[in-house]
Amino acid sequence: MEIIKGIGVSPGVAICSAVIYDAEKSRIPRRSVAPESAKKEIRRLRVAMAEAVQEVANLQTSQADIWDNKIRDIFAVHLHFLRDRSLRKRIVEIILQQSYTAEYAVSVVLRDIAKHFAQADDAYISERVNDIYDIERRLLRHLIGRKREDIQHLTEPVIIVARDLTPGQTASFNTKFIKALATDQGGRTSHTAIMARSLGIPAVVGLASATGKIAAGDTVIVDGNRGTVVIDPDQNTIDEYKRQAAALIEHELELDELAHLPAETTDGVIIELHGNIEFPGEADIALAKGGDGIGLYRTEFLYLEADHQPTEEEHYQAYLTTIRSFGSQPVTIRTFDLGADKFTQAQRDMREPNPFLGLRSIRYCLQNLDMFKTQIRAILRASAHGNIRMMFPLITNLLELRQAKWVVADVKEDLEEQGIKFNDSMPVGIMIETPAAALCAEHLADEVDFFSIGTNDLIQYTLAVDRINQKVASLYSPAHPAVLQLLRTVVQAAKRAKISVSLCGEMASEKDYLPLLLGLGITTLSLAPPMIPEIKKAIRSMSMEQCRAIARKAMGFDTDKQTISYLRAEMQKILPDEE
Amino acid sequence: MSDGRTSNAERTAVVRSPEGLHMRPAMQFVECANGFKSRISIYKEEQCVDGKSIMQITMLAAVQGTKLRIVAEGEDSAKAVEELAEIIEQDSLEKPPQPKK
Repeated sequence: MEIIKGIGVSPGVAICSAVIYDAEKSRIPRRSVAPESAKKEIRRLRVAMAEAVQEVANLQTSQADIWDNKIRDIFAVHLHFLRDRSLRKRIVEIILQQSYTAEYAVSVVLRDIAKHFAQADDAYISERVNDIYDIERRLLRHLIGRKREDIQHLTEPVIIVARDLTPGQTASFNTKFIKALATDQGGRTSHTAIMARSLGIPAVVGLASATGKIAAGDTVIVDGNRGTVVIDPDQNTIDEYKRQAAALIEHELELDELAHLPAETTDGVIIELHGNIEFPGEADIALAKGGDGIGLYRTEFLYLEADHQPTEEEHYQAYLTTIRSFGSQPVTIRTFDLGADKFTQAQRDMREPNPFLGLRSIRYCLQNLDMFKTQIRAILRASAHGNIRMMFPLITNLLELRQAKWVVADVKEDLEEQGIKFNDSMPVGIMIETPAAALCAEHLADEVDFFSIGTNDLIQYTLAVDRINQKVASLYSPAHPAVLQLLRTVVQAAKRAKISVSLCGEMASEKDYLPLLLGLGITTLSLAPPMIPEIKKAIRSMSMEQCRAIARKAMGFDTDKQTISYLRAEMQKILPDEE
Repeated sequence: MSDGRTSNAERTAVVRSPEGLHMRPAMQFVECANGFKSRISIYKEEQCVDGKSIMQITMLAAVQGTKLRIVAEGEDSAKAVEELAEIIEQDSLEKPPQPKK
């Protein structure tokens, strides 16, 4: 049993066997199985050896006319090794005695042999090391390879272990069987984290060595609450976690009872809680969890899932599916936000040296008007069927906003000419996610219907911290005085212009910040649907008066550390019985 | 396993090939050994390995000049030690490998 520590980014506990995504590059970790699984491991070994024999035999026949005896001999030698009973016996013994997995046992035995050769003084012997490594690799490919392919066709519950997950990869997953995610890289706002939260499954990122230490088939516990991963847990640990998981489910059920109750403070202020979603199918989850609408519909998956640019009809159908669940409640669609860490098919070939400051998001749209117009047309057409709002990401100046609005006006004109229905007064807003937009909020407020503060990017740009880089991740802090001042500036600008303001970053789902945000005057929050009940419960336990007092005090600290510990202590008072 | 009682044969041979008893020669040795019913062991001083396992033979690290004792137990033991000793004592690398059975 081994426990590794990372960053818990999506709560919950899962106990399951692991599959390794991208296993080829990782070394084979030391690991064992329960003694009763040894038979299964031995069977896997036999199959792998038989397959490897077949493979080499085929290679030998296909190259039968090769004139070079040496090459033919190499295949023959490999065949002898793969058929060698005493080699197999040695591997089997190690599986039985040490309870190792087949792949680890193969690795141990063959590396031992290789070491033996490498130590020899004789050049003829030491050169044989490479043959042994070849044989090892071939066997491992047969042992692990099958499990790798399985990721696309999962048939049983698994925990996905990977270096990092990109939107393109996760889009192809059959999410039904994925119980948890564990990655070497990533931070709180990485794609893995967002994906896990929207699926409502536990995730731990930033584990550094998960892919090295966990082998395919390992039993693993992912504890998203503590940010730990237990590899190959003993029975006591499993029992303890199962007990906790049961308690957690009970807690969740209790929270779900709040779904139909309003997110109302004890002094009667109603807070709107919206869902952040990536796929149309998640709209139902948001609704079931008690969401009052969708505050952030990320449309990038339309671009990442298909191998072509999505057509107007594909956009339109996705939007219709999304609004169907919500009736008159708002669904806020964010226009194309790719570039930077996510790439479109066309952009993929030309990486920028500094993508987060490069041609991304609205900037890309304004340079690719045809693509932009396709999406806007679809959004406008969908607006005839529900309460759709549209927002532009990454606005940094007024001219960009005006340009984007001209495009909308242009598309509206076309639709009108063609007699296609749309909602002419569909609200158009912007994401406030750059310091520039926050500081100019007053001007921007006059020309939009709403603001949505995207704290993930706002924090990253304000603090100049790459949110995905573990080496600086500790500098990424929503409580930094600079961030809090920007939040206040934006809220005040919105109030003055009498437009609505919501917050849709990960900050919205962190309970400790809740009184601060409410106290600052943010009364609409958008968050991952599974987090809605918990935040709702917290809101129903605090008063607006209390929040204002907390916000006043929280704004007065010099360092984020002080602010965080103050907010944590206050939350402890509000919800004393929780961690 | 053969009962080992029928007959035993034994012979000592010195590895002549500069390649040692490795890969190609070892493969020839194993192929030949597996053609016999007898149980075949090779001794290098105190170390004893199964003559039918390429893994064990290569791990003997029998370089040129190594003295090996071949012990066969079984009905065809006499023929086995003769043929196997021949393989150990073949001296040229340039010789094409024996045709496969």
